[in-house]
Amino acid sequence: MSRRQAFIAVNRFGLGARPGELDLVARDPQRWIERQIRRGQAVPREFAELPDAADSIRVFLQSRRQGVREIKRVARSTLRARYIDEVNARARAHVRTKDPFHERMVAFWSNHFTVSAKRFFVAPLAGPYEREAIRPHVFGKFEDMLLAVVHHPAMLFYLDNVASIGPGSRAARFSRRGLNENLARELLELHTLGVDGGYGQADVRALARILTGWSVEGLGRRQHLSGRYQFRFFAHEPGPKLLLGRRYAEDGEAEGIAALRALARHPATARFIATKLARHFIADTPPQAAITALAHSFTKSGGDLAAVSRTLVRLKAVWNEPLPKVKTPYEYTISIFRALAVDRTPGRGYHPAFFLLGQMPFAAPSPKGWPDTAADWLAPEALMRRIEFARTLSRRLPRRLDPLPVLEASIGPVATRRTRTVISRAPSAREAMALLFASSEFQRR
Amino acid sequence: MIPRRDVLAGLAATGAGALLAPRAAFARARTDRRLVVVILRGGIDGLSLLPPVDERAYYDRRPRIAIAKPGSGNDAAIALGGSFGLHPALAPLAPLYRAGQLLPVAAVGLPMRTRSHFDAQDVLENGTERPRGRRDGWLNRALVAIDGGQTGLGLSVGHGMPLMIRGAAPVRSWEPKVLPQADAGFLDQLAMLYAGDPMFAKALRQARRSAASVPPAMGGGRMGGRLMRGRRAIQTLARATGKLLAQADGPRIAVVEAGGWDTHVNQKGVLNRRLPQLATGLITLKDTLGPAWDKTAVLVVTEFGRTVAENGGRGTDHGTAGTALLLGGAVNGGRIAGRWPGLSERALYEGRDLRPTTDMRSLFKGVLRDHLRISQARLEDTVFPASRSAQPLGGLIRKA
Repeated sequence: MSRRQAFIAVNRFGLGARPGELDLVARDPQRWIERQIRRGQAVPREFAELPDAADSIRVFLQSRRQGVREIKRVARSTLRARYIDEVNARARAHVRTKDPFHERMVAFWSNHFTVSAKRFFVAPLAGPYEREAIRPHVFGKFEDMLLAVVHHPAMLFYLDNVASIGPGSRAARFSRRGLNENLARELLELHTLGVDGGYGQADVRALARILTGWSVEGLGRRQHLSGRYQFRFFAHEPGPKLLLGRRYAEDGEAEGIAALRALARHPATARFIATKLARHFIADTPPQAAITALAHSFTKSGGDLAAVSRTLVRLKAVWNEPLPKVKTPYEYTISIFRALAVDRTPGRGYHPAFFLLGQMPFAAPSPKGWPDTAADWLAPEALMRRIEFARTLSRRLPRRLDPLPVLEASIGPVATRRTRTVISRAPSAREAMALLFASSEFQRR
Repeated sequence: MIPRRDVLAGLAATGAGALLAPRAAFARARTDRRLVVVILRGGIDGLSLLPPVDERAYYDRRPRIAIAKPGSGNDAAIALGGSFGLHPALAPLAPLYRAGQLLPVAAVGLPMRTRSHFDAQDVLENGTERPRGRRDGWLNRALVAIDGGQTGLGLSVGHGMPLMIRGAAPVRSWEPKVLPQADAGFLDQLAMLYAGDPMFAKALRQARRSAASVPPAMGGGRMGGRLMRGRRAIQTLARATGKLLAQADGPRIAVVEAGGWDTHVNQKGVLNRRLPQLATGLITLKDTLGPAWDKTAVLVVTEFGRTVAENGGRGTDHGTAGTALLLGGAVNGGRIAGRWPGLSERALYEGRDLRPTTDMRSLFKGVLRDHLRISQARLEDTVFPASRSAQPLGGLIRKA
């Protein structure tokens, strides 16, 4: 029984078992997860030498000052390489980590607050953004994470807030730019209240006005090129604003901070976050009781994500059914490399695998982030690609690899008799490995 | 009893065909008409696709990003002989308009008002009046209405399967192959593994059926990855769609999607870069369809239009009514469909957006009724439940 629970712990809450992990976790699966819920964890060493967001912004803005050709050159060389480095560093960290629940939560929140490499120039910033705005807060307060996210240049670029200027601001007298409501709308719809959270178009406009001036230093040609967040008072829309029935008196940047805190504490936000967590960790159609428990924990703790995580792990519903969810291509790939106990990054890196399977990290199709249900990930053609991937990869494994211990150490507790029989009868070890990775037990969590 | 998968494997191995049932049995029931739905995600700006070049308000509200009147330079709209123009980057489509094969539909909108991409796309695809109103898509329900979903008419091209075509009727899917294909023996063993997991078993069955129907020449091989990157993506998908729909016993109804139309900033630049790809893609589709083009209707739709006024960043924000394009040899085009509500302050929705005058479902129903011959009763019963308020738009399809 506890090996079955260990399977749930390392797959539902982790990144798939490395050899030996199931046995280790089986001693006390719940405690193994809860031990990872702590603040102030060091950033994994895989990220040690990567540049921060401000550095890439400086490189980009510097090139922009030199003209279009230089932008293109820098984007194709330096900035593209930095993005690929980030993808591989993260994959390497995830393949090796001993704190996979912590890493899962980082990935969950980074997807919740998506910035996507699909947008020109966001690519090199997405990795640093996750490190700088998400990671420090995964077991901290939701509102602190929200503030860090909205203060981060990657988000301000991605959702166009850097282009938003209060129509009544002093900057509007010199520039023909005006209000841009992209960030405000997605903040309400995707990051806090949710689309049914009870706001209207007037609230979107109000929040957009409140956030005017939240920008990045170095955009103007003669500005100091720090590449960091800057509140530009000249671009801020003056006067009071009315958001969700509350009046915000003119107060510069403090208006935005107050508004974001209020959004983080709104009951609709608790419900919205709870639903998303439950869908991600429990089932595509999560039980209402679980959502209610998570929302309650969120509200009672004042959005303390450590408390919410503990509530999640202690839900009975979580420990019943071992295989309700289908892994995303990213989770699937990472779990294969973990099962193989890979330590060194394979040949060209991890990124070709992610590209093939249709989920390049940090490159979600829209601000909504990657989808989270089986229907989104198990289209026939997508399954066929996973199968072909499993087969191609297995052909490169050592011929003498014994597949049965790998099976035991990865899906042992849930493998059906049929799966065991088919795999043990495979004509070669490589074929057996391919069947293991293509089995539905291995593709679920 | 012979297990079903063996039958399938046999079919696949001999390359005899994609369909479970023998071809002859359905030959009469299968339609030879083609429908392709192209979903442009992100909300493409309808007022750039089909600029209202006679409206003063259009130029007043868009001082920097309006498409110039026809005849006023390189960047000017293409004249369509009326009060509308066509975006200059869509020049490859202009001959189709003149040949009566392109029908822009002005001021179309969803049956509900939302400026959320995700709710709007959901409604666009689920075919009801509200987000999450159905878990399946209207195009899949249309497949069921045509033949009970039995003759393999449906096709999804590209990565993932859009909600619009998800549902009870099995649908094939295609995307460029990048990896070596797994052999039949291996897939047989997998089918055994999946026997206890219906979701995986069904996906594998459908995938094998698709694989069997795709000509090897379209496999893509190692090039597959590159073909899907950047500017060639739409063209790659269009070519595949055309080839598959052109097959005698191939699929007939396809959905393709292309993202990147959410132009909050630098709209003109983005559209000048992306629209030529769309236009080339549509022409590629026409060319690969060959003679089948005459029996084809292509619907190009998006979740909403954008604000009439430009914003601060030379872009536009989420709006309401947009423009749809209907094209193909079967289309009764060369004119503008839809009622134009105008851009005066009073005419606008909430003082900022083009007001919808045609329910998107009326457009869809018109095409499904007159092109695919689905009865109006069926359309109102199952395909678009509770849609009597949205009567089918007539005259979209050329009389055969």
